[in-house]
Amino acid sequence: MKIAVLSGKGGTGKTLVSVNLAAAAGKSTYIDCDVEEPNGHLFFKPADVKSESVTVKKPLIDSQLCSGCRKCVDFCKFNALAYVGGRVILFDDICHSCGGCALFCPEKAISEREKSVGYVQSGMSEDVSVITGIMNTGEASGVPIIKRLLENLPEDDKPVFIDCPPGSACIVMESIKDADYCLLVAEPTIFGAHNLSMVYRLVKLFGKPHGVVLNKCLEGDNPSERFCVENGINILGSIPFDSELGTLNSNALIAARESAKYGKLFNSFLETVAREVQHEAAVNS
Amino acid sequence: MKIAIPADEKSLESGVCPSFGRAPYFLIYDTETNESEFIDNSAAASQGGAGVKAGQTIVDSKARALITPRCGENAAMAMHAANIKIYKSIEGSIMDNINALTQGKLSILEEIHPGFHGHHGGN
Repeated sequence: MKIAVLSGKGGTGKTLVSVNLAAAAGKSTYIDCDVEEPNGHLFFKPADVKSESVTVKKPLIDSQLCSGCRKCVDFCKFNALAYVGGRVILFDDICHSCGGCALFCPEKAISEREKSVGYVQSGMSEDVSVITGIMNTGEASGVPIIKRLLENLPEDDKPVFIDCPPGSACIVMESIKDADYCLLVAEPTIFGAHNLSMVYRLVKLFGKPHGVVLNKCLEGDNPSERFCVENGINILGSIPFDSELGTLNSNALIAARESAKYGKLFNSFLETVAREVQHEAAVNS
Repeated sequence: MKIAIPADEKSLESGVCPSFGRAPYFLIYDTETNESEFIDNSAAASQGGAGVKAGQTIVDSKARALITPRCGENAAMAMHAANIKIYKSIEGSIMDNINALTQGKLSILEEIHPGFHGHHGGN
C-alpha cells in the first residue's frame, strides 16, 4: 500500500499528515520526496542514518575528436548544446541526461560522466523506516532523486507514505505515479481551495484513487470542504486548528506519538485510508 | 560589422523585442553595406533552452554585436564564447538603436538574468 500525500501549495500540512500516519502505522516506510527542503526527518530524528549519493549522466565532449558536424546540437530537443567558436558547449542546467548526443555523435567524441545532484539518507525511527531525498543547492530538477527514492521499494506488507513536494509540476507527477492512493491535504481558505483544485485535477488526470484531509479546520465556512462537496470528492477526515497540535508540531514532536488524542485521530485516518485502498483494489480487480 | 537585434516585426521602424530568446525575428544589419536581413528565430517556440538556440542563430549569423534590452545567462555565455559584445538597447526603433551604436552611445549590458528553466512550476 503506497500512499502519496500532496497539496497544491506549501504549508498545508503534507508533512504533518504523512509523518503522523507513518508513526500511527508503526511498522511502515516514510519517504520524503520534497527534495528541495525535506523536513520529515526533523520529526522522526532517525538513527543509524546511511547516506548515498545520487548522480546523473552528463555529456563530456572531446574537442580533439569533434568534427563540427553539429549532429548533437541538432538532436538536442532541450537546446542544451551549442556549437560556438569551433567547439561544442554544454549548458549543464538544461541537459536532461538523455544520452542522445553521445549515441548520435559519428566521431565518438561524446562520452558521459557522472554528476552528483543530491543524496538519499535512510535510517530508523522506532519502527518507521525513514528515507529522505536531498537535492544539492543550485540543481534545477529533483526528478532523478525522486526516481531513486521510489525505485527498489521493499515488496512487503508495510505501508509506504510518500511526502510529496508542493504543487503539481514534474516532481509531483514523479512522486505519485506509482502510488495506490493519493491523499490531498487542504486548508480552509479560498486560496487553499484553489490549490486543492490544481492537485485534484492532477490526480484525476493520473486516474489515481484519492481523498481529502481538511487541515486547520475552524468553525464556519470552509471553501475547501465546499469544493469537495461540489465535486463529489471523498473527505477522509479533518484536523482541527488546535494550539496543542501546533505546539507539538513546532517543537518537532510527532503528535501521534505524544498525544493520546492525536494518536487516536491519526489511527482513525489510517483505518479509513486502508479501507479506501482495499475498496479501490477490489473495484479495479 | 554585423549587428543582431531581436525584432517584433520585420521593419527597421519597429521596436526592439523585449525578449531575446523568444523574439519572433532577428535583424542582422551590416553597418558597412547598410544591408538588413530579417531572419526567423527558430527558438521562439522552444519548450526550453530558447536562449541557447537563439544564441546559436546569432553566432551563425557572424554578427559581432547584439543589441537587446535583456539577456539570460545561457545566451550570454554563448555570446561570450563567440566574442560577440552585448549592448543594452535604448527606447526607440531598431534604426534608432543601430544609429546609437554606430555613434558609440550604447553601453554594454551588465545585468544578465538567470535562466527560467525549472522555476516556472510547469516543467
